[in-house]
Amino acid sequence: MTNLVEIRGLTVEATTDSGRWIQILKGIDLDIAAGETVAFIGESGSGKTTAAMTLLGYARPGCRISGGTVRVDGHDMVTLSEKQRAALRGTVVAYVPQSAAAAFNPAATIMDQVIEVTRIHQLMPPDEARRRAVALFRALSLPNPDSIGDRYPHQVSGGQLQRLAAAMALIGDPKVVIFDEPTTALDVTTQVEVLRAFKAVTARRQIACVYVSHDLAVVAQIADRIMVLRHGEVQETGSVDDILTRPTHPYTKELLHAFHPDTGGRVAAAEAFATDASPLLEIKTLSAGYGPPQANGLPLALAVKGVSLQVKRGTNLGIIGESGCGKSTLARAIAGILPACNGDIQFDGRELWHSARQRSREQLRDLQIVFQHADTALNPAKSIEDILGRPLTFYHGLRGKARDARIDALMDMVRLPRSLRHRLPAELSGGQKQRVNFARALAAEPKLILCDEITSALDTVVASTIIDLLKELQRELGLSYVFISHDLSVIEAICDEIIVMYRGQAVETIIPSARQQPQHPYSQLLFSSVPKLDPTWLDTLDIDPERMRVA
Amino acid sequence: MKTHTSTGSLATWSGYRINPVGLVSFCVVLFWALVALFAPYLAPHSVGDMVDLDYFGPMRPGLWLGSDYLGRDMLSRIIYGTRYTVGISLAAVFIACFTGVVLGMTSAVLRGPVDMVVSRVLDAMNSIPSKLFGLMVVAAVGSSIPVLILTLSVIYIPGAYRFSRSLAVNIDTMDFMMVARIRGEKLPYLIGSEILPNIVGPVLADLGLRFVFIVLLLSGLSFLGLGVQPPYADWGALVRENIGGLPFAAPAVIVPSLAIATLTISVNLLIDNLPRKIRDRSAS
Repeated sequence: MTNLVEIRGLTVEATTDSGRWIQILKGIDLDIAAGETVAFIGESGSGKTTAAMTLLGYARPGCRISGGTVRVDGHDMVTLSEKQRAALRGTVVAYVPQSAAAAFNPAATIMDQVIEVTRIHQLMPPDEARRRAVALFRALSLPNPDSIGDRYPHQVSGGQLQRLAAAMALIGDPKVVIFDEPTTALDVTTQVEVLRAFKAVTARRQIACVYVSHDLAVVAQIADRIMVLRHGEVQETGSVDDILTRPTHPYTKELLHAFHPDTGGRVAAAEAFATDASPLLEIKTLSAGYGPPQANGLPLALAVKGVSLQVKRGTNLGIIGESGCGKSTLARAIAGILPACNGDIQFDGRELWHSARQRSREQLRDLQIVFQHADTALNPAKSIEDILGRPLTFYHGLRGKARDARIDALMDMVRLPRSLRHRLPAELSGGQKQRVNFARALAAEPKLILCDEITSALDTVVASTIIDLLKELQRELGLSYVFISHDLSVIEAICDEIIVMYRGQAVETIIPSARQQPQHPYSQLLFSSVPKLDPTWLDTLDIDPERMRVA
Repeated sequence: MKTHTSTGSLATWSGYRINPVGLVSFCVVLFWALVALFAPYLAPHSVGDMVDLDYFGPMRPGLWLGSDYLGRDMLSRIIYGTRYTVGISLAAVFIACFTGVVLGMTSAVLRGPVDMVVSRVLDAMNSIPSKLFGLMVVAAVGSSIPVLILTLSVIYIPGAYRFSRSLAVNIDTMDFMMVARIRGEKLPYLIGSEILPNIVGPVLADLGLRFVFIVLLLSGLSFLGLGVQPPYADWGALVRENIGGLPFAAPAVIVPSLAIATLTISVNLLIDNLPRKIRDRSAS
């Protein structure tokens, strides 16, 4: 037997609420050789994580592996008993979860959790396990490898924690490692470090990897082969080069297309930008933060430090930066959710109160905010109709037939079928929920919409259709957007002007249409960290993120 | 759509899954509700009529549940007692839960000083043992049905408040609350339309549980002679007045105890086994 992993005719079934079984994986075949990395790529709900989990012999509660074989290093994970499977997990096959922050126990030190695998399987004495762990920390280029294990999970950064989770998976010397979207929750600048570390370690140890992701560019850096999944079926399998340059399946082409968002249609707006239109929103030296006020009148932790910006009518402003840079706090300060402690907000020629409570209903209506997570931004107990209808009644006094007609019009505007009116948010897909979320802001008929990472929780394909929709609505309704994101390609696709934020300050303003190159070292790092579809991108990237951190 | 499934439920009815335990306990609760409603038509004798020459008489035709310590018909007394036990408890639980839930949601939404003051006051009330509080009030103003209802509801407001506040605080952190706030919504809309629909399930379960507590507390007060006054009696008072029948194994002491047990256990089982809506998107 030459292949480490052999999957033949794998089917997985899930039970529905009424007790029927439906197939969610419909016959998957796959071989993985030692030292090879195969990426599972597809939209959410395509079955990529379910497929990866079968390598552990695991199906989520309510699911079962109903057919086929999954041979991992000669063991058929499907037929083994639970006890035999447990013996293989951690030693032959290991798992790195998407959110390391949720996978670590906050009450135990990192070292204890990393070497837990060796204790459970009685692989080696604790002292030896600790030495091994330190060697792994070093190999994963973690800072202070000798002492980082003594810390607790909340004392290290997200990117470091993700690498520590990988160390946890690798300590038992597995032959196969499953990476389940390990960098999705990370900033691009952090993602680069983590990807590099993963690639180096797995290559050196000849580990076969399964890398689950929806980001084609990330996958291009790390995988040898790509398997494209959709609706539980394999659409296409091929080498990275084949998939990127010669995709045959329509869905693969769609995925690739989503990666090159067209920046057309922004020309008109760019012209408006060039002419000296009056600013819709003008912010002068705005500061905002959290915690009780100190002696100098500023809050304990200042998240936004004296940011000034301008949004001209009919144009879009992008705000980009890593997590914790203050971009969301800035949006909250503009919306009046978190009253700013300093500075001025001018909107539509008039001074705005810092706190939303003091603003007039008209001012609130003109300035809407759309949140990142449609799951929490839509009341799960109310139907789509009620959610969209409330701002209509509240701001415009619409009732009865007029309200119904307007709800239909709004649903058409965001391309939602009218039949979804009576559904609850939980019965919609992620992309549909985000459309409802956006339609609610449109219902107010605002002049400016603050979009706080509205595409970050979505798949590439879904995100690009949302961006297209936003552009179209802007043309029709003459809106302006302030677009906050950590994803440069999204911002470039829609914004006329980009502000780079770093540690609470606006460090640089970039106008994409002017083909301006970033000057500030952080902007340069940020722009160069965005993964490109070129498979050699990661290896040739010469920026050292750690150096930037120190600077 | 009639489907037999492996998850142990017996019946599905128009998209709801009904649990057999829930069905049985619902029938018991419904039975006591009907008894309370139609008591005058169901009771063979009047509450005060002495119909038996013996006291603590056994079950026999005509006196189906025997007679009490004065020779009165036990069946009639239990039927009339249902009205007091169910009626007083129901009124008290609705007042307690309504006040508690509204205050709880208001505190969660307003936060700050309002939350602080309301929480501390209700915590202080919570620290008074419930029976002691009942004894004190009845001793001070005497026992009447309105006093009983108000006392029982005041005793259970802090619990309902704590419960709904902790639920509402979680809902309040969701983004849709933020959206509603910056839309400019006022307090009644925030608590009534945004928070309440999300906590109504647990709140109803809590209401059922609190109903059981109130039945037991009312029975306890009546047992101590501070509840419903003679010649009328609720179930707790029936147990007390007939406690002398215990050595004779008289049905007069066992049956009211059984009545309390069936009602409280059924309400508990019912709220744990409410029909569940089947949400199956992929169903044809």
